[in-house]
Amino acid sequence: MEILLVFIIGLLHAGGLYMLLRRSMFKMIIGLILLGNGANLLIFLIGRLVKGKPPVIDEGLKVFADAYADPLPQALVLTAIVIGFGLQSFAIILIKRVYNVLETDDLDELNSTDEEL
Amino acid sequence: MKSLIFRTASIYLLPLLLLFSIFILLRGHYLPGGGFVGGLMAGVAFLIHSFAFGLKETRNIIKINPGFLMPIGLTICVLAALAPWIVSLPLMTGLWFEEPFKFVGMVGSALFFDIGVYLVVVGSTLIIMFTIADTV
Amino acid sequence: MSNPYIILPIVFHMAAAVILMFCWFQPRVQKLLSILFSLIGLGISVWLFRLVWHEGFQVTQAGNWDAPFGISFIADTLGSTLGLLSSISLLAVSIFSTVSMREERIKFGYFPTLHFLIMGLQGAFLTADIFNLYVWFEVVIISSFVLLTLGGKKTQLEGALKYVSLNLLASTFFLIGIALVYGLTGSLNLADVAIKIGAVENRGLVNMTAGLFLVAFGIKSALFPMYFWLPASYHTPPAAISAIFAGLLTKVGVYAMVRMFTMVFIGDTFMSITLSGLAALTIISGGLGAIRQQHLGKIFGYLIICHIGFLFAGLGIFTELALVGTIFYLIHDIVVKTNLFIVAGLMNKLTGSPFIKEQGGLYAKYPLLSLLFAIPLFSLVGIPPLSGFWAKVYLIQASFETREFLLVGSIIFGSFLTLWVIAKVWSESFWKDKPEASSSGKPWSTFSTKEKWGILVPIMFLSIVSLYIGLAAENIISLASRIAAELMDPSAYINSILGMK
Repeated sequence: MEILLVFIIGLLHAGGLYMLLRRSMFKMIIGLILLGNGANLLIFLIGRLVKGKPPVIDEGLKVFADAYADPLPQALVLTAIVIGFGLQSFAIILIKRVYNVLETDDLDELNSTDEEL
Repeated sequence: MKSLIFRTASIYLLPLLLLFSIFILLRGHYLPGGGFVGGLMAGVAFLIHSFAFGLKETRNIIKINPGFLMPIGLTICVLAALAPWIVSLPLMTGLWFEEPFKFVGMVGSALFFDIGVYLVVVGSTLIIMFTIADTV
Repeated sequence: MSNPYIILPIVFHMAAAVILMFCWFQPRVQKLLSILFSLIGLGISVWLFRLVWHEGFQVTQAGNWDAPFGISFIADTLGSTLGLLSSISLLAVSIFSTVSMREERIKFGYFPTLHFLIMGLQGAFLTADIFNLYVWFEVVIISSFVLLTLGGKKTQLEGALKYVSLNLLASTFFLIGIALVYGLTGSLNLADVAIKIGAVENRGLVNMTAGLFLVAFGIKSALFPMYFWLPASYHTPPAAISAIFAGLLTKVGVYAMVRMFTMVFIGDTFMSITLSGLAALTIISGGLGAIRQQHLGKIFGYLIICHIGFLFAGLGIFTELALVGTIFYLIHDIVVKTNLFIVAGLMNKLTGSPFIKEQGGLYAKYPLLSLLFAIPLFSLVGIPPLSGFWAKVYLIQASFETREFLLVGSIIFGSFLTLWVIAKVWSESFWKDKPEASSSGKPWSTFSTKEKWGILVPIMFLSIVSLYIGLAAENIISLASRIAAELMDPSAYINSILGMK
């Protein structure tokens, strides 16, 4: 299972970077979303996958005696997803506004802030 | 959308989904669920309604400006987070009533925080939805 | 020392933003409330700073979970100083925006977003948890996105797109870095990570994580190969927004960098050489960029990059003396850059053009105002005894001591370029006669009394602060030395978080 996730993370990162390097604005946002999902999966995987072991200590014990599921990465991933949701929806609205105003999807044509001296 | 089946279904779906979202909100502390998921679900309920009847109708049934849901939710969150200061404990310490309430279960500061999150999420999804739909 | 009230700056600005949101459609009420909240916020920051200065570090554990497990907040000298400086900037900017911001922007929620931004900054300065730092960063950048796109002119949207996409990328890198830190140490508490990362055997992986953090914070603080979003976006929004961005946004990246690279990723020669090299290149490329520009906002934008290089130079040298220089420069830079962009906004208004070629005659028309403008401009150059001078002395001395002559050269070169640029601005905009053909601006006499005070008070306030930094430098030096000593020996920080005596 780990090895599968590793490949998926690699694919998401590669796909994200590929999309980021395209000239289209829309593909850039898709790339950012893919990269974000790759990062989230990485956090999830890095907490180590444990099957069917709840992160709960038996009464009377002070520390975990056995391997246990780490609850923290899930909390982190959830937070990161929520933040990503907000940022990505903002970015999508933004590129829509930019597209409406500038009437182009080509990132190479967005150079009016750089040209003038 | 002018499908009769979809329209009829969405009339019943809206209250059902809203009720379910509150259920999700309340079970959130120990079980999967919580304010964010519940809020998104309520947002989706209104989204389905707007698909069937158009945005205007949805705005009419929501009545209050969704822009006000966010500050209300944030206020509840801040107050819930600050409540432990009264008993001079650090921020966000969970304070709970001893006995569970009927239907609701255990009530504590975390639940109020979740309700605040729920309102913020409903407000912001509705704002995002209306903004995107307005510019289409 | 445990104190549950140290998160008051965060909570207060959040409450301020919420109250301002309730007054969404009443611009007048919002303006008054914003100034009032900024004043109270400044008071809270002063209280926190004095508390930390006299009684040492203050710690609170959110949710009452003990240190390595919960989220810790700590007010140390560095964090509380920067919190104080951001409150000072906020006060100046919120007074300035009451007269300079148009009504429709205020109706889009300008003031609540401004306070959310400051809340994020205060949170970033107070937290002692890496993931929490990420969350505060996101609060900061999403508020800055909203501020940058408010109003939505063509150039503004274009600048915003570049800013948004690069910052989103930086956040992703930051997140990947956090994942690797968690994988390496099993903890995200800064103090705990600082202890545990030393025991990690795979130093290559640690260095790679450091590289990810370098890229993430490098994009946010406009370090050499990653600064292109800054000159493309900082001149597009109104002056008040540029001012708060210039003063604080890149500096929070520097702050995070200082924290991570003095506590977690220390003692690696490769990283420190990389940092020194990048700092030198940042100084040179920022300075050269500023020389070439004609647009006032872009000139100052490139100068921000140039001076970010000074801050990183101290971090690259990494001796106590160099850190004193970095901290001093940070304190000076926040105040001066905020002031500079407010002044630039006023200069644009008075002459009717943002291009220095078309400006001119300011000194002949307004000698007293020009004198006031001279304070931030020449503090930036570092003409003694103004504030920029002292920090550079420390940086140059430190790089001589560690025999990093490349850095000495680039710091001197950077200062020279800054001098050149400011001299050019001064001679073009102030001494030269106004070109005949250019558009006429709005003369000072047509401003209403309220507008005059709304513009003059923040400029004078920030000028007084920067004069204090320059003239009472011994106080700032003792503050910077204390911070630098704490950064070089983080054991006090670690002990107070983990509750060890």
